[in-house]
Amino acid sequence: MAILPLVFYILAIVTITSAVMVVTSRNPVYAVLFLILTFFNAAGLFLLMNAEFLAMILLIIYIGAVAVLFLFVVMMLNINLVVLRQGFTSYLPIGGMIVLALLAEIIMVIGLGGTELKVTAAATSPISYQITNAEAIGRVIYTDYVLAFHTAGIVLLVSMIGAIVLALRQRTDVKRQSINKQNIRLPEEVVELVKVTRGRGV
Amino acid sequence: MAITINHYLIVAAILFTLGIFGIFLNRKNVIIILMSIELMLLAVNINFIAFSTQFGDLVGQVFALLVLTVAAAEAAVGLAILVVFFRNRGSISVDDINLMKG
Amino acid sequence: MYIAIVFLPLISALISAFGKNKLGDKGAQIVTCTSILIVAILSTVAFWEVALNGQYQTIKLLTWIKIGSLEVNWALRWDSLTAVMVIVISVISFCVHLYSIEYMSDDPSIARFMSYLSLFTFAMLMLVTSDNLIQLFFGWESVGVMSYLLIGFWYDRSSANAAAIKAFLMNRIGDFGFLLGIFSCFVIFDSLDFNTIFMVAPKMANSTFNFLFWKNINAVTVISIMLFLGAMGKSAQLGLHTWLPDAMEGPTPVSALIHAATMVTAGVFLVARMSPLFEFAPEALVVVTYIGAATAFFAATIALIQNDIKRVIAYSTCSQLGYMFFALGVSAYPAAIFHLVTHAFFKALLFLSAGSVIHAINNEQNMKKMGGMWRKTPWTYVMFWIGTLALIGIPFFAGYYSKDTILESAFASHTGGGKFAFWMGIVTALLTAFYSCRLLFMTFHGKSRINHYTFKNIHDPSPIMLIPLLVLAVGALLSGIIGYKYFVGTQMHVFWGSTIKILEEHNTIKAAHHYTPNWVKLLPILVAFIGISLAYIMYILQPSIPNKIKNVIRPLQIFLLNKWFFDELYNYLFVRNSFRVGWLFWKTGDNTIINGFGPDGISMVTKWCAKKVSIWQTGYLYHYAFAILIGLVALISWQLAFGS
Repeated sequence: MAILPLVFYILAIVTITSAVMVVTSRNPVYAVLFLILTFFNAAGLFLLMNAEFLAMILLIIYIGAVAVLFLFVVMMLNINLVVLRQGFTSYLPIGGMIVLALLAEIIMVIGLGGTELKVTAAATSPISYQITNAEAIGRVIYTDYVLAFHTAGIVLLVSMIGAIVLALRQRTDVKRQSINKQNIRLPEEVVELVKVTRGRGV
Repeated sequence: MAITINHYLIVAAILFTLGIFGIFLNRKNVIIILMSIELMLLAVNINFIAFSTQFGDLVGQVFALLVLTVAAAEAAVGLAILVVFFRNRGSISVDDINLMKG
Repeated sequence: MYIAIVFLPLISALISAFGKNKLGDKGAQIVTCTSILIVAILSTVAFWEVALNGQYQTIKLLTWIKIGSLEVNWALRWDSLTAVMVIVISVISFCVHLYSIEYMSDDPSIARFMSYLSLFTFAMLMLVTSDNLIQLFFGWESVGVMSYLLIGFWYDRSSANAAAIKAFLMNRIGDFGFLLGIFSCFVIFDSLDFNTIFMVAPKMANSTFNFLFWKNINAVTVISIMLFLGAMGKSAQLGLHTWLPDAMEGPTPVSALIHAATMVTAGVFLVARMSPLFEFAPEALVVVTYIGAATAFFAATIALIQNDIKRVIAYSTCSQLGYMFFALGVSAYPAAIFHLVTHAFFKALLFLSAGSVIHAINNEQNMKKMGGMWRKTPWTYVMFWIGTLALIGIPFFAGYYSKDTILESAFASHTGGGKFAFWMGIVTALLTAFYSCRLLFMTFHGKSRINHYTFKNIHDPSPIMLIPLLVLAVGALLSGIIGYKYFVGTQMHVFWGSTIKILEEHNTIKAAHHYTPNWVKLLPILVAFIGISLAYIMYILQPSIPNKIKNVIRPLQIFLLNKWFFDELYNYLFVRNSFRVGWLFWKTGDNTIINGFGPDGISMVTKWCAKKVSIWQTGYLYHYAFAILIGLVALISWQLAFGS
């Protein structure tokens, strides 16, 4: 279909443009929003490549969780928008050159189309188009790649604990109950019997 | 013109270099750095999926899933560190973070 | 027994040096004195056996060097010359040891002193009993070291340290010649053993070799002159003499032992020992004669003006050594050794008596501050007279016999140097008489210039200090009369045997016995009396004469008082330049070059590099990321361009 290249080009161009805007926006909120746009278009690209499960996962996790997290943090930190830092343009020439050099090299390696990429080995887990992408992936990750899957789970657990521990702030002005402490308290430690003489204080 | 894998790879390459560009070219705040990292990871993901489609191998997609997981975890921890840093220093401008000088 | 004689002092020195804590000072004194006494007694026995009964022997101890054709052993060679030297060394050493017990009694490091004295005795004995040139050199160097240690005994005095270094350095200059002599000896004779050398010497008398700039120079002459250079350094002959007066910085017993009797006579001993070699080098003998005669005269002139009592006696020693050397130069080796023996006795006597004078008036050494004490110290006075008369050469005293033999031999010699030496000797005898009596009169007679309180406390020394003086006085009195027959008289050949070789045409002693005219025999006594009377007139009858004369001959007086400006000359020529060279090596060589390129330079470069590199560490994360990026791009580019 002739539509396919058009869709591809539109998606690709918007992705790249919004990526540029992420890097160069002045307002961090704008930057996050542009990031979300980039993710959307990348999900579109995924769909074009027959990876619908991952496209949806991208939408859910990247946009729904990570980008929102970014937004939360941006809004939580009191960033002074007025202060504009210098120095962006001074680095531009050299940095730009190096980056363009890198890009040129990568494209050189890729080749600009025409050459066929050779397949050297048989596919480890061949894609069958009879089942849905989700089912296909599911068949593989719980059997062949279960170790990696579990490791990913542990990584998530650790990062969750890490993030909570890092950002945790004890509030000193709020009184909290500690049942354990209450249970192990003995009356001798807390209460003291004092004989008070008449007319005098403690 | 037919869309071959090369197109996708080139898109991924451009995204990748844009991410690198963003890391060392911004002076405004550290969040941009984290977002650039996300961009780079996205580019890598595109790469993986492209090759997976090309070779008909599900490994690429599985790995892209795992990369996704790690990227999310790393973003969370990175932002937590950033929050704590901001609490202690009061600024997230990149120019002010030079304790390692010397 | 022979081995014990040499090694007993070493053992006692080590015991008293390392047993300081257990033995204490008293123990050190007892150990060293007893062992030296035993050595003295044994050496008399050895003298009886070896010299008088002719039992020459060589005792081999150890093999030392055996490389190719060079074989050197530790061996003790006992012949007449050795026996004579050993008995002189041990007797004088014993007297000095005994004397030091009292003299150094209030010094903080007595044990160190006594062990140094014994060590010195060992080194000297090693020197005279050596069988080959290397062992002799070992003894030579050791006495040099001990002299350094003893002169600088009071090491907290900078003048003593400087004097010690000066002595050692001048010795070293002489040793350079000595070593060249040893090397040439090995080249010519292929051995350093005395027996071998003496046997081969007549055959090699005309051999030549190339030496430095001279082609085909007579080998034996070169060897002899080189060895004599060593003797010049050790025995303070003209040119290498400046250390001897400065060596008086050491304690008086040291001066008596080392710089009167033993170490400075090592040079004389060396030439006498090598007589079989020197006899075949007539040019060398002429050199020896001239230098010896010049030294005798030169030292005597300086002694006329000196004011320090020990320095006068030091210059007197220098002068008498000159006598011995020109005696050697006219091939009168027995006479030189005879004079060595008698001189040892009376010079040590003079030094020790001077020591007791100094001790009595509270360490004052300037003669201008002495006088009028002969009644208070009668014994010292008598000892001084005995020593002085022996030195001057009055008949019946020891010096007369030896000195007169030397002068007669010089007169009888046919070589050019002989007559020069004879007349120098006569003039020097006059000067000797004059300054010796001047010394005596200024010290003991006249109006006292001593501090009144010190004067009241002057007394004769205790018996421990007097006994050595007595022993030496006996030697000074009798050694001449008794020894004459054996050393240079009728029994000369029997006594010396093969120890000293004199060629027939050179035998001046024999000639002197036969042909000396009477005026030659009487002239020395005459000039001695002239000298005594001059001194008497100037210092006792008319004490104002010296001042008047001093004003008249002021330039001469300054010249003599400054020791003919030798020290200043050497300072200008050598010392300052050596300092400059050393300074150059230190400042430029050491500091600038080695330090600059080595530790300091490297550390400076490292610091500079580190400073430059640390600019890169800005602390900014994006800088680091950029660096990573650049590295990555560089790697990829390289891989694309040159990778396979």
